[in-house]
Amino acid sequence: MDKTIRFKLNGKEVLVDSPPERMLLWVLRTDLGHTGTKYGCGEGFCGACTVLVDGKPTLSCQFPLAGAEGKSVLTIEGLARGGRLHPLQQAFVDEGALQCGYCTPGMILQAYALLLRKPNPTEAEIADALDVNLCRCGSYNRIIAAVRTASQAMKMKVVDHEAR
Amino acid sequence: MKPAKTMRNDDEYTMFGPNGGGSWTTLERREFLKLAGGGLIVFFAVGDGLALQEGQRGGGYPDDPNAYLKVGPDGRVACFTGKIEMGQGIFTSLAMMLADELDVPLDSVDMVMGDTALCPYDAGTFGSRSTKYFGPPMRLAAAEARGVLVRLASARLGAAEDALLTKDGAVYVAKSPAKRATYAELIGGKKIAIRLEQKPPIKHHTKHLVSGKPALRTDARAKVTGEAKFTGDIRIPGMLYAAILRPPAHGAKLASVDTSAAERFPGARIVRDGDLVAVLHDKPDLAAEALALVEAEFGPSDSKLDNTIIFAHLKQVESRSEVVVESGNLDEGAKLAAKTVERSYFAHYVAHAPSEPHTAVVRIDADKAEVWASTQSPFRARQEVARTLGLPEANVRVMTPFVGCGLGGKNQGGQIVEATRLARLAGKPVQVAWTRKEEFFNDSFRPAAVYDVRAGLDAANRIVLWDYKNYQAGSRSSQPVYDIPHKRVLSFGGGWGGGGEGAVRAHPFATGAWRGPGSNTNIFATESHIDVMAEAAGMDPLAFRFHNLADARMKKVVTAAADKFGRTFAKAPTGHGYGIAITDYLGTYVATMAEIEVDKQKGTVRVRRVVCAQDTGEVINPEGARMQIEGCITMGLGYALTEEIRFKDGRVLDENFDTYEIPRFSWLPKIEVVLVDNPDMAPQGCGEPAVTVMGAVIANAIYDAIGVRMHTLPMTPARIKEALAAKR
Repeated sequence: MDKTIRFKLNGKEVLVDSPPERMLLWVLRTDLGHTGTKYGCGEGFCGACTVLVDGKPTLSCQFPLAGAEGKSVLTIEGLARGGRLHPLQQAFVDEGALQCGYCTPGMILQAYALLLRKPNPTEAEIADALDVNLCRCGSYNRIIAAVRTASQAMKMKVVDHEAR
Repeated sequence: MKPAKTMRNDDEYTMFGPNGGGSWTTLERREFLKLAGGGLIVFFAVGDGLALQEGQRGGGYPDDPNAYLKVGPDGRVACFTGKIEMGQGIFTSLAMMLADELDVPLDSVDMVMGDTALCPYDAGTFGSRSTKYFGPPMRLAAAEARGVLVRLASARLGAAEDALLTKDGAVYVAKSPAKRATYAELIGGKKIAIRLEQKPPIKHHTKHLVSGKPALRTDARAKVTGEAKFTGDIRIPGMLYAAILRPPAHGAKLASVDTSAAERFPGARIVRDGDLVAVLHDKPDLAAEALALVEAEFGPSDSKLDNTIIFAHLKQVESRSEVVVESGNLDEGAKLAAKTVERSYFAHYVAHAPSEPHTAVVRIDADKAEVWASTQSPFRARQEVARTLGLPEANVRVMTPFVGCGLGGKNQGGQIVEATRLARLAGKPVQVAWTRKEEFFNDSFRPAAVYDVRAGLDAANRIVLWDYKNYQAGSRSSQPVYDIPHKRVLSFGGGWGGGGEGAVRAHPFATGAWRGPGSNTNIFATESHIDVMAEAAGMDPLAFRFHNLADARMKKVVTAAADKFGRTFAKAPTGHGYGIAITDYLGTYVATMAEIEVDKQKGTVRVRRVVCAQDTGEVINPEGARMQIEGCITMGLGYALTEEIRFKDGRVLDENFDTYEIPRFSWLPKIEVVLVDNPDMAPQGCGEPAVTVMGAVIANAIYDAIGVRMHTLPMTPARIKEALAAKR
């Protein structure tokens, strides 16, 4: 049975009429046309479908739509602002932290969630937090470098902001 | 430059070329010109261009109807290539080559890839061939276009052609650079088509301004924002998603099926064509939910194989043999040998496990079909779709969005044919996206294989005998790189493709090329055995290799790796856990050294550090080359240590990443890459070579660490513990 579920998607209010037990991944990709979130394994083993729900990294292939009710969902489409890349996205570009790019949205959101709770993680902390996300191309070393770079850039940004 | 003759007007295009005429403007070419819009377009004639691309169709192939490049009215350059981007970075490196030859900024090059209506014919993206074989004709096309632009500028600027230079998308008078015309101004509203018949001179690598310097990936921005489209992201009005009924085991035939419950599922539509039974729905997850309601019975599989008996089977199965190399005389070698060591090595099946599972979208409109597919072989896909629908190939257009890893597995396009059949049955566009479980079931696995190696040393510790047989691996990289007087290398079986139709069935499921096909496991056997011989010689594995190498280029690469590694090798086992393995992969030379630790209680291996030196000829994008090598090293940890497809009676027992373990962040070693400078050699392949030594380098490091020789890939904790127990 369809139910109307209301949540915030990348800052904008959305309403979805759908069976509420459907997984958020498919609602995002099909009903809402946000195809940046990827299917990788369908069972929560690869992290390709990672989104943030109220700031927490969430495997959208395992997360029923009903769980999003009243919450705030961030997908890869919501990270850049006004055509400007988020420092984390920019760091992925600058460090060459991707190859085929399929796992990249999930990687970036997992890393973003890490930086929210730990703004200056060590390499070991990054590897630990991202260990649930798989990259078949083997960009792990560069992803770690990108997250480190981003954490520095974001710190600078805060300093800049405070100086003004 | 010769004066050009204007041969013919066709669709308002001015054709340049000495032997033009009606024969080369085919219907397909008109279609191309229509799609391409205005500008300056370069085609290839029969011969040079095609000959430069390896492995193309045989004799009698007509002019390719499609062009290599176009300089548009706005001065932007489009590069048309039948190659596809799956992470290997040619989206960037081919654009760099083009930018250099045509003298345009890198960001004014647009890549049009894997579109059969626009791109010249291509056999497929595999074998680390794109830069090596597509690069040269593309450079020629660019040089020719540049020549035509200079000719146009000569008339416009009133200067002789040899007084003109090109830079940043403009032609200018060398002595007064203010007198200039941009490519956009020169082309204006013109439509010019050139047919390249003679090779124009191309630039020496020392004149390259873009190539040879690290460049960021030009596809990265689209990939970090989620804008990059993969096949599963294609949305077409009216499109339905398919969920397909699968047998539980390979070789199991559908006995009966009851779809009545699924038919009652809201919005579901059941279609059937023989054994192909699918649920279509406008939501992919609901299609899968409805499929779960289908009740089906399958007969038993005819396969009685499993992991424990596969190696005996692979040696027994009737196989044709190929002499890969034979020189000297094995009996003579055996006589010269003071010491002979004989061993067998084994490799299990592994999966490609690409990040993006196989996906296709097909739309059929009367007698035409449009296909979007995650494929490494769009032209082969076009052929298969045309055959399935009984249409001429010209009526089928295959487009290739970004591909989420190929690794060889996307040369096979089963999902494309499925989507084609379903779209025809449904009368609507259909998307087929394999689930991870389907991906593990339908994959064309790297074949399991067996190797028998016998080698002999003379009194001076030179390898004088090399008797090598591989069963089912394929012959690539099975030739030793060492200087051995008496050697024979035999390859049994049909290689990674399993021998094709009519061959005796060696494998219980499909097999295929897996990044560095044949080579990964041939080098595991070869380079493991070289270490065995080093020990027999009482030498350290590095000195032993130098002692038996004659190839100066290889010695240089090994030296570069050893310098970077900075450790002293000694006769193994030393307890340090140092390993070495080298190869010549289709012209790219690789030397890799690793430092590892083994937990003897758990049997686990931790790779601490990997150093890889590679000579790949002229390097177009050093940053891209490094990425490929780093990726090869990281990915290679998997087939070395954990990746193994377990199966029984036609069933594939590994269905997802919970039991099929691929490398993850916590495995990551420190990686150091040395690009050995060799710009005078044409660019060689870079996407595969470094993965092929990973099994051997880790096996050799394990031996150095704990004195246990691992003969089977993958070197799992269970196998290491077993080998340790056997040693005691």
